[in-house]
Amino acid sequence: MAEPLILDDVGLSVAGRALFTPLTLTVAPAETVTLMGPSGSGKSTLLSHLCGTLPPAFTAHGRSHLGTRALDGLAPEARRVGILFQDDLLFPHLSVGQNLAFGLPAGLDKADRARRVEEALIDAQLEGFGARDPATLSGGQRARVACLRTLMADPQALLLDEPFSKLDAALRDQFRRFVFDHARARRLPVLLVTHDPNDAEATGGRVIELRPPNQT
Amino acid sequence: MAAERTSKRTRLLKAAPALTLLLFLGPVGAGLLGAVLPAFGYLPALGGDSLSLEPWRQMADYPGLWGAVGMSLWSGLAAAAISVALTIGFCAACQGTRLFAAMGRVFAPLLAVPHAAFAIGLAFLLAPSGWLLRTLSPWATGSTLPPDIALSPDPYGLNLILALVIKETPFLFLMTMGALAQVPADRTLAIARTLGYSRASAWFKTVLPLIYRQIRLPIFAVVAFSVSVVDVAILLTGSTTPTLSLLIIRWANDPDLGFQFLAAAGSCLQLGVALAAIGLWILGERVIARVGLRWTAGGGRSGGRFFARSATAAVFGLASVGIVSLVGMAIWSFAARWRWPDALPSRWSLDNWTRHAGGAWEPALTTLIVGLAAAAIALVLVLACLEAEDRSGRRPGVRALWLLYTPLIVPQVAFLFGAQVLLLSVGLTGTWGALIWAHLLFVLPYLFLSLAEPFRKLDPRYQRTALCLGVSPARVFWRIKLPMLTRAVLIALAVGFAVSVGEYLPTIFAGGGRLTTLTTEAVAQAGGGDRRLIGVYAVLQATLPLAGFILASQLPGWIFRNRRGMREGL
Repeated sequence: MAEPLILDDVGLSVAGRALFTPLTLTVAPAETVTLMGPSGSGKSTLLSHLCGTLPPAFTAHGRSHLGTRALDGLAPEARRVGILFQDDLLFPHLSVGQNLAFGLPAGLDKADRARRVEEALIDAQLEGFGARDPATLSGGQRARVACLRTLMADPQALLLDEPFSKLDAALRDQFRRFVFDHARARRLPVLLVTHDPNDAEATGGRVIELRPPNQT
Repeated sequence: MAAERTSKRTRLLKAAPALTLLLFLGPVGAGLLGAVLPAFGYLPALGGDSLSLEPWRQMADYPGLWGAVGMSLWSGLAAAAISVALTIGFCAACQGTRLFAAMGRVFAPLLAVPHAAFAIGLAFLLAPSGWLLRTLSPWATGSTLPPDIALSPDPYGLNLILALVIKETPFLFLMTMGALAQVPADRTLAIARTLGYSRASAWFKTVLPLIYRQIRLPIFAVVAFSVSVVDVAILLTGSTTPTLSLLIIRWANDPDLGFQFLAAAGSCLQLGVALAAIGLWILGERVIARVGLRWTAGGGRSGGRFFARSATAAVFGLASVGIVSLVGMAIWSFAARWRWPDALPSRWSLDNWTRHAGGAWEPALTTLIVGLAAAAIALVLVLACLEAEDRSGRRPGVRALWLLYTPLIVPQVAFLFGAQVLLLSVGLTGTWGALIWAHLLFVLPYLFLSLAEPFRKLDPRYQRTALCLGVSPARVFWRIKLPMLTRAVLIALAVGFAVSVGEYLPTIFAGGGRLTTLTTEAVAQAGGGDRRLIGVYAVLQATLPLAGFILASQLPGWIFRNRRGMREGL
């Protein structure tokens, strides 16, 4: 059951200084909302907060929910919020297949795990690449594996922290479509942080500008 | 049930830093107390049950005491000052060059070789009948007999200073390399050079001030170690000009148990001497900072070049002397006949090895067991501390770092004497537990220093990614962090093992003569003068830690031979 991602008066501050005007926002299932704003406005930090890995130097207020489930206070691993970063961050000591399997929930039997990994490889157009060293893949291939690894954990929302910015123009377009198609197919609420207006345009959704609190 | 177990484990992890500090600061404190009380006449087991200043009076009257204190201060401070000067001079000349990185690879294994092995090799090299004069005779010296001068008395402790410099310079160099990696050193240097400053001048004026704060604690450790070193002093100091640490050992080993009080007072004095040496160092820092600041602001573009170049030459000279010492020792262990003044043995054989292998087997095994156990325990504690730090998000401050350095700054002689008194009173001397624990005190700080930086530098986003995949922090630690840190973990283990192999005094005190290691045996044999036998022990002693380093540097490449992303850096 897809549910919306709800931010209710969520603000962040560091050393008593607020980073942006508190944000109230509902991202519907299958919707993508783009967050833009100058460097240091707290976009990426907000995503860290939502997935539960806010650095201790920051303090947060407000409430966030996934449907009726409150996220605040939950451990990152209990939130079921997936995140993709600028770098693909494939674990360098694991093979491509092991990276994908790492995302699968525990408790599946061995055959099931192998089948799901195989499906993901086909999905990423990497059939037969399961045993490969991730360092031998191209940038686009690695990005697709990273995206599928996130989806393997069956997240209920997806956070994107400039995942397209390091790819060259042609690849970027392809990968954008790959991510958004998958997110829409699973009806995930998506929050995208980017500097690139093209990214925002490609989502076709709302764009929200994070502003420093004194500019409102 | 499972949740309960998890929370218990989490609590244990949270307590790890406190537990670790207690485990290794407790003994230092207790050991100091065990030295302070007898120093003031209180040691009921030996009939001292009232406080008095008698031990101090006796010590002050002991012939040669002040000469020994002077010798300790002089040799320690000189060794530390020369080591620091060489380190920064070399860095100023070479930072950022290929040579610089290459030297790091040469120095790391040299650091693994125990002090005693170097000292023994150096004695072989410099002795009147040693390798140096052999190669020079008779064509240069004109003599066909070994000269009739002894290595001792060496009234200025020059051999001791040389040995310490050979060993401490690599340590300081590697610490400086680590510090340089944490500041924008290359960019700073580049900016200063575009302003017209020569490389050396730019380095001293802009990079050194950036990193000095970070290498200060290691320098203090070097100062304290050098003014109180025991094994190197035993091997290289003449009996007529002992250091204070040697007097303390002499008193502690005296069959007249009354000398125990003297040894206790001496331990306290040794602590005072180490602190005084650090105080003098800080004074020197102030003076140099003031002069240096004026020099920096003066605008001179080319100063420091000569110093940097001389230091570089000296570093190469020292590294060569160090390596030649080790090689000379190895040659002795294979020598059947090596008459003076032949440059090399005229007959070689494996006899020395086959003859002494039986005797060396037991100390070698003890060395291996104690080293592996101490390194393994230290690794578990350090990983627990670092993981706890990571999960709490709190970085320990400068004060915690000082605590960590305590066993390195408080002279070993000062607290080990007291710790031995305590061990004796509970009947633990000479047990495996006591020996491993005594080594742990010194293994732990070095292992921490080695592992902390790579652990903290691991990109936190890997962990975040894994957590967001719904994986528990414990699983992230075992499946992601630990494998990604394989190289750093193995190197840290090798460092810890090497530290343990080199420990002399802790082994003597905690082993109680029942458990001996290659280092204590090598030092003991060195008094006997059978160079072939000493050679065998010293080679074994140097080989074990070197093997550890080679294994640690090669193993990750093999484990991850199919993972290109794991080959460098991690």
